[in-house]
Amino acid sequence: MLVPISWLNNYIKIDEDIDAFCSRMIMSGSNIETVQTFGEGISGVIIGKILKIEKHPNADKLVVCQVDVGTETVQIVTGATNVFEGAYVPVVMAGGVLPGGIAIRKGKLRDVESDGMLCSAKELGIDDKVIPIAHKDGIFILDKAYTLGQDVMTALDFYEKTVEFEITPNRPDCLSMLGMAREAAAVFGGELTYPVTACLIEEGMASDYISVEIKKPELCRRYTARVVKDIKIAPSPWWLQKRLITAGMRPINNIVDVTNYVMLEYGQPIHAFDLRMIAGNKIVVDAAEPGQSFTTLDGTSRKLTGDMLLINDGEKAVAIAGIMGGLNSEILQDTTTTLIESANFNGDNIRSSSKKLGLRTEASARFEKGIDANLCAKACDRVCSLIEEIGAGKVVSGAVDAYLTIDAPKVTAIRTDRVNSLLGISLSTMEMESILHRLEMKTYSKDGIITVTPPTVRQDLSSEIDFVEEIARIYGYDNLPTTLPKSNLIAEKSGKQILRDLARDSLVALGMNEIQTYSFANPKGLDNLNIPDEGQLRNYVKLLNPLGEDSGMMRTSLAPNMMEVLGRNYSRNIAKVKAFEIGNVFLNFDVSPEDLPTESEFLSMAAYGDGETFFTLKGVLTELFIKLGVSDISFIPKENYPMYHFGRCASIVSDGAVLGIMGEVHPDVTDRYNIDTRVYNCELDLDKLYTLANIERLYSPLPKYPAVNRDIALLVSEDILVDSIEAIIRENAGTLLEKLQLFDVYRGKQVKEGHKSVAFTLTYRDVNKTLTDDEVVKVHQKVLDALRDRINAVLREV
Amino acid sequence: MQNQLMEILQEAKEQLKNAASMDATEELRIRFLGKKGRLTEILRSMGSLNEEDRKALGKQANDVRSEIEKLLEEKFLEMKLVQRAAKFKAEKIDVTEPGTVISLGTKHPITITIEEISRVFMNMGYQIAEGPEVETVFNNFDALNAGPNHPARDFSDTFYISEQILLRTQTSPVQIRTLMQQQPPIKVISPGRCFRCDTPDATHSPMFHQVEGLAVDEGISMADLKGTLSEFAREMFGSKVRTKFRPHHFPFTEPSAEVDVSCFKCGGSGCRVCKGSGWIEILGCGMVHPNVLKIGNVDTERFSGFAFGMGVERIAMLKYEIDDIRLFYENDMRFIQQFK
Repeated sequence: MLVPISWLNNYIKIDEDIDAFCSRMIMSGSNIETVQTFGEGISGVIIGKILKIEKHPNADKLVVCQVDVGTETVQIVTGATNVFEGAYVPVVMAGGVLPGGIAIRKGKLRDVESDGMLCSAKELGIDDKVIPIAHKDGIFILDKAYTLGQDVMTALDFYEKTVEFEITPNRPDCLSMLGMAREAAAVFGGELTYPVTACLIEEGMASDYISVEIKKPELCRRYTARVVKDIKIAPSPWWLQKRLITAGMRPINNIVDVTNYVMLEYGQPIHAFDLRMIAGNKIVVDAAEPGQSFTTLDGTSRKLTGDMLLINDGEKAVAIAGIMGGLNSEILQDTTTTLIESANFNGDNIRSSSKKLGLRTEASARFEKGIDANLCAKACDRVCSLIEEIGAGKVVSGAVDAYLTIDAPKVTAIRTDRVNSLLGISLSTMEMESILHRLEMKTYSKDGIITVTPPTVRQDLSSEIDFVEEIARIYGYDNLPTTLPKSNLIAEKSGKQILRDLARDSLVALGMNEIQTYSFANPKGLDNLNIPDEGQLRNYVKLLNPLGEDSGMMRTSLAPNMMEVLGRNYSRNIAKVKAFEIGNVFLNFDVSPEDLPTESEFLSMAAYGDGETFFTLKGVLTELFIKLGVSDISFIPKENYPMYHFGRCASIVSDGAVLGIMGEVHPDVTDRYNIDTRVYNCELDLDKLYTLANIERLYSPLPKYPAVNRDIALLVSEDILVDSIEAIIRENAGTLLEKLQLFDVYRGKQVKEGHKSVAFTLTYRDVNKTLTDDEVVKVHQKVLDALRDRINAVLREV
Repeated sequence: MQNQLMEILQEAKEQLKNAASMDATEELRIRFLGKKGRLTEILRSMGSLNEEDRKALGKQANDVRSEIEKLLEEKFLEMKLVQRAAKFKAEKIDVTEPGTVISLGTKHPITITIEEISRVFMNMGYQIAEGPEVETVFNNFDALNAGPNHPARDFSDTFYISEQILLRTQTSPVQIRTLMQQQPPIKVISPGRCFRCDTPDATHSPMFHQVEGLAVDEGISMADLKGTLSEFAREMFGSKVRTKFRPHHFPFTEPSAEVDVSCFKCGGSGCRVCKGSGWIEILGCGMVHPNVLKIGNVDTERFSGFAFGMGVERIAMLKYEIDDIRLFYENDMRFIQQFK
């Protein structure tokens, strides 16, 4: 809402300077977005009168003007075509400055001296959107004879500051000058001076010109119509145009300008019809016929639906109620009699119609938020009074006012102790009432209860808490004390939060870098990973209104985003990446629209670059499992999983349950992400992992007796897994085996084809006594025998 | 023989003086004191002497021995120092060469920011509550007192899965879940992902993070809200930071406020970060609307509460002076690793 300060001053005198004004308004709840200063950065622009215009000797498109600027006559060359002898125009003299710091100097244009420049409206800092059509192109021809040589902005009374207020949706009453004046009066004190609504001379009777029938009272609570005759359509006087311009609206002509002026003043949209075009001298407010078309005054033909409200005359539609008038009844240059409509339409209906039509106007924006029906007559009277004031027509006496159920003021009782306890203050009843009075509310108090009647424009106030807010903001949030709640709760993290933090901290300590990616998925992501077309991962939760096809689903796997991040880093020449993400995937979406999908927390982790292998990534995972106290995890070879290298992929399994998968990413997949190196990736169901976690720690005593180490190297067939060798060793060594450590796997010259040499250190220890040689030999031999018998392991020299 | 002893001592002194290495010194030790050394030779030949002479000579020989031992000890020490000096010289390194990289990983800056915010509130007794990213329209809008025509409900603002299901646009639905599960006293914060239909650019992201908070108890007042958030601002941005509460409107709180903090970069004198104003808006808050409390069957006559919410990206961007929100989701390692 753009509010020129001088306009506000019509209703309430503001003595504060602009900064103080803004800061106090902000602190009372009227937030301010910007302050625009008209005339800022303009100097040396004065009133001039064109005395004579001659052709430029050397240029067809230029003319040479002799301009009287009061103290002298200057010569100015211009390319504008709308200048004429006798015109009053703004002249920038040499040395003058225009907005944006444009300095004007004397110069020659095609060999003819020019002492300055004639200005357009835009060059005086007026936004294109609000420049009157007549002044849109060419030089700003002023409306009358001003004193020559006078500063143009002074002459036009155009040094104005416009404050742009951010109006929250609960305060539609503030979409008006009077609404903002009411706020200012509450903040700065003082009574509002309301605009004049009475006319000096009225003749005839409006009811002789028009009748009004409301067929849809639920959609139109009131329709007030007045008539003005003997109209002469002309531009509005400058003061009125200036008001509109500084409030962000383009002046059109005197009648339309007055309706817009009053809309801005009261917040009540007004429409003016050419009464000639109203057939049957009647207005019927009724629903549209489904499929009916109607051409609005912007010249667009629009298809209507049966729930839209129309203003009809005796024969046809003349306006879409509350949104836009019709082309068939708009004010034209030759309009002589006008019907002024000031009506109250249902906000929800206007919103839905406006949305369906894709047509949002100043009027619809106000109606859809809700307007006080009591404003109709006042605003209508104000229009008439203004038309009379500017001499644009003769007002016909009386109004046709269809007002079916009168909007009575709402009364609310508020408890002063409740107000005080919610705000943490102790205001007296009188102090509270005084605040409410400043907001034009009427009060009555007894026994700590204030009965409040707010002005009917304040439709946002209906319960006690609404008045608590009113009192708080006018009293000033700054004046509230600062205390802390008394409760003494101790905060603890949940088990899942503790485990997640542990997992993240451990991964970071292990050199992994956390990433965060969108929860959306692009189905192409799974294609890129070779994931087959059917199956759980393709069972997406789909968005009805995605931003684009590539983000139309919720992710079922973190891997595609991870690959994308790796690809992006690789393309930026980042030689090594070790990354992880902890985030939700969205699974098992039930088609029932009431059910929420399952959100599961997953870990995705990947690495590429020098030194990174399947086993470095596995090592990180192993350490993570240790930190979370998850034992009994196995990595089981998984072949033919399409995202991974067929020989380098494992299921991560605990007690038969699959927790995740890891492997070297399939070369076709890395190719698709333009990664020209091996990538290792894993994905893990953290919610499942958390259920296996045990972070309690019990101390085991340090050993008192020495250990005996035995290194063995075994020659075994290539297809014997380390896991199974270890299992045989553990099974046979029993409790004496304290530790089993693989230290070498060798394939090469000394090892026969299809075989490998696997070397372990076995550490034997008895916690209760020193082991004897015999005991070690016995158990160690048992291990070796079992290895030989079960997997044909041949002992090599170490 | 006495002369011989003196000669040996003299010789030992001279030779030790000239010895230039540990090995040479060891050689002299063997030559003079070893099993076949000169001194041992003499002592061995003492058998032919009478007891008196033997005693005298024995004492003299022992004196010479301890004299030589003492000299040797000194020489060894000296040689050890020489040897060390040589070792140090030979093994000298350039300490300005870079250290071997043992790379520490790092958390994402959004995680770091959420952890910092959470730490402050946990210290004030707030539990961390979490809820789903895919939510019901009821929890996200209806229960939060957003009218049926609230603009945030538009298809152009909110991602929908169905008519009743959406991607949460705020983490406030977690407050509703908490209110429905728990009776006061309640103190929770809910960090998490939120979604709105914004095309990504430098300042917009269709996904972002919020931390919202809720306190409900007997006698909670707006003054408590001011105190709590002022305390948070000081803990989060520095002890000198001041706060300003501006009235505002949110459907789920009344009275409502937006909170500005004095710029923690320039101290309030005006800079690029605060765009010259000296103040930075960081969060929205207010007293929980009675309609919201009623959703959780909270007795609004007995209990009252406040709620607040802040954008994590915004705070991280201000704090780290990050000028493009998309950097958080590009995950360029050169960006992420700056937060080590």
